[in-house]
Amino acid sequence: MLDLVVKSNVALNNQYSLLILTSHSKLPEMLPGQFVEVRVDNSPNTFLRRPISINYVDYKLNELWLLIQIVGEGTRKMCELKTGDNINLLVPLGNSFSLPNLKTSKLLLIGGGVGIAPLLFMGSYLKEMGFSCNFLLGGRSEENLLQLSDFEKFGTVYTTTEDGTHGERGYVTQHSVLSSSNFDLIYTCGPTPMMKAVASYAYKNNIECEVSLENTMACGIGTCLCCVTDSINGHVCVCTEGPVFNIKKLKWQI
Amino acid sequence: MADLNINVGKLKLKNPVMTASGTFGYGHEYSDFMDISRIGGIIVKGTTLRDRQGNQYPRMAETPSGMLNAVGLQNKGVEYFVKNIYPTLTDINTNFIVNVSGSTIEDYVETAKMLNDLDHIPGIELNISCPNVKEGGMAFGTSCLSAAQVVKAVRMAYKNDLMVKLSPNVTDISEIALAVEAEGADSVSLINTVLGMAINAERRKPILSTITGGLSGPAVKPIALRMVWQVAKVVKIPVIGLGGIMNATDAIEFLLAGASAIQIGTANFIDPTVCDKIIDGIDEYLDRHNYKSVSQLIGALEI
Repeated sequence: MLDLVVKSNVALNNQYSLLILTSHSKLPEMLPGQFVEVRVDNSPNTFLRRPISINYVDYKLNELWLLIQIVGEGTRKMCELKTGDNINLLVPLGNSFSLPNLKTSKLLLIGGGVGIAPLLFMGSYLKEMGFSCNFLLGGRSEENLLQLSDFEKFGTVYTTTEDGTHGERGYVTQHSVLSSSNFDLIYTCGPTPMMKAVASYAYKNNIECEVSLENTMACGIGTCLCCVTDSINGHVCVCTEGPVFNIKKLKWQI
Repeated sequence: MADLNINVGKLKLKNPVMTASGTFGYGHEYSDFMDISRIGGIIVKGTTLRDRQGNQYPRMAETPSGMLNAVGLQNKGVEYFVKNIYPTLTDINTNFIVNVSGSTIEDYVETAKMLNDLDHIPGIELNISCPNVKEGGMAFGTSCLSAAQVVKAVRMAYKNDLMVKLSPNVTDISEIALAVEAEGADSVSLINTVLGMAINAERRKPILSTITGGLSGPAVKPIALRMVWQVAKVVKIPVIGLGGIMNATDAIEFLLAGASAIQIGTANFIDPTVCDKIIDGIDEYLDRHNYKSVSQLIGALEI
């Protein structure tokens, strides 16, 4: 459990904020795919912590980034935090994305909406480890595409929007890069229908695929058994066995 | 520094703070956050005779000052516990109590028997809020007769401390407490979760896969406190109080109402170090009020 300090909290638009946290001491080591559980103070209706993906970690600047989408009172309170405020986290939690076997692997990171959050950290990590990445990011409209300039630092960025305001029109699974390139490994995070469509594409094309699942959670450390998902090993906790799963482990009808 | 030791039935606790079943795993999950051997007793998650996958999801709904759960006793069964979990607990210096759940009296008895000879398990907590599948699915703990029957059968099979966890979803919890006391329970713990429900109005659907679930957290604390007070007045065996305890003050309120020990449940999800803080807080309270021993607080409510 860590008390961190808000370094900055910038609204990216009326739905999303980028919360940058820092600490007086050195941040713990974190891996892409892991998440934090945020305690939301001064919010009577927010009883439980909120699980939030780690968006990016800058060890040099001692910064932990969280990308927050306002979905209810808890996330709204997080977006109202001011520079200098304290915030209590359980960090880091969960497993992480796995690294590719070969340096020459062709990697595609597919994100939708706020689900892009862990992919930025994964992209930076992959680049540091000497891999090259492609990002395919989708949103309903241009305003739902976030942090594009950050993603561009770590690889090639492709985009889709449903209304055609940015990149190709349509869903991520309709993007032309999927037919023009042969990818070896896909990492994906986003709305469940999108991840299922991506998983289905990967499965049919025999591409390794890892998905990062979201769920409502209480403890975040595997004791309450509230956040389970169906796997080939039965009900498993998304918080400890995940949030990252190889699609072969899940019982998705794809 | 006051004396925090307390005996509860056959259990000797170094302090009155225990963790509630299903909220503290097997203890290890919390070792990164605190020294779990400081805790008076750790009640490990609901254990059944056979492996159970639990309910479908969603299993949880957050509510104002609480949460509903419908986990459905997911666990790997008592055999797995004995072979794989128990050996990892024996070098931790606290009381590990196994919460025993079942669908039939025979299940409870078989499970309890398998725990009888484990040196480092000084007792079990019998969860009688489970549905009795042979008698139409009514929970054992909702009638004096079926509560007495299951406790009687387990008492005959189990020699160590037998704590019976009572359901609040009854008309008169004192009657049930007296019924299980008469059959040889060493103590009663209360309350289990309060039956509740949550609805998503936009989708016109229940939030939980099971429609109804068990409410816990501060929302249930006044109910729990009232029931502990009612039961402590009528039984001679010790009462262990739980339900929405979030801090030392809450814990002390239960002791004043007549509980000999308390359990921390949902609060562990929000603050994994809360047990540490509650132990320190009780100690501080005793010093501040010049009590020499925590036992002086039990039932010390002034009316």
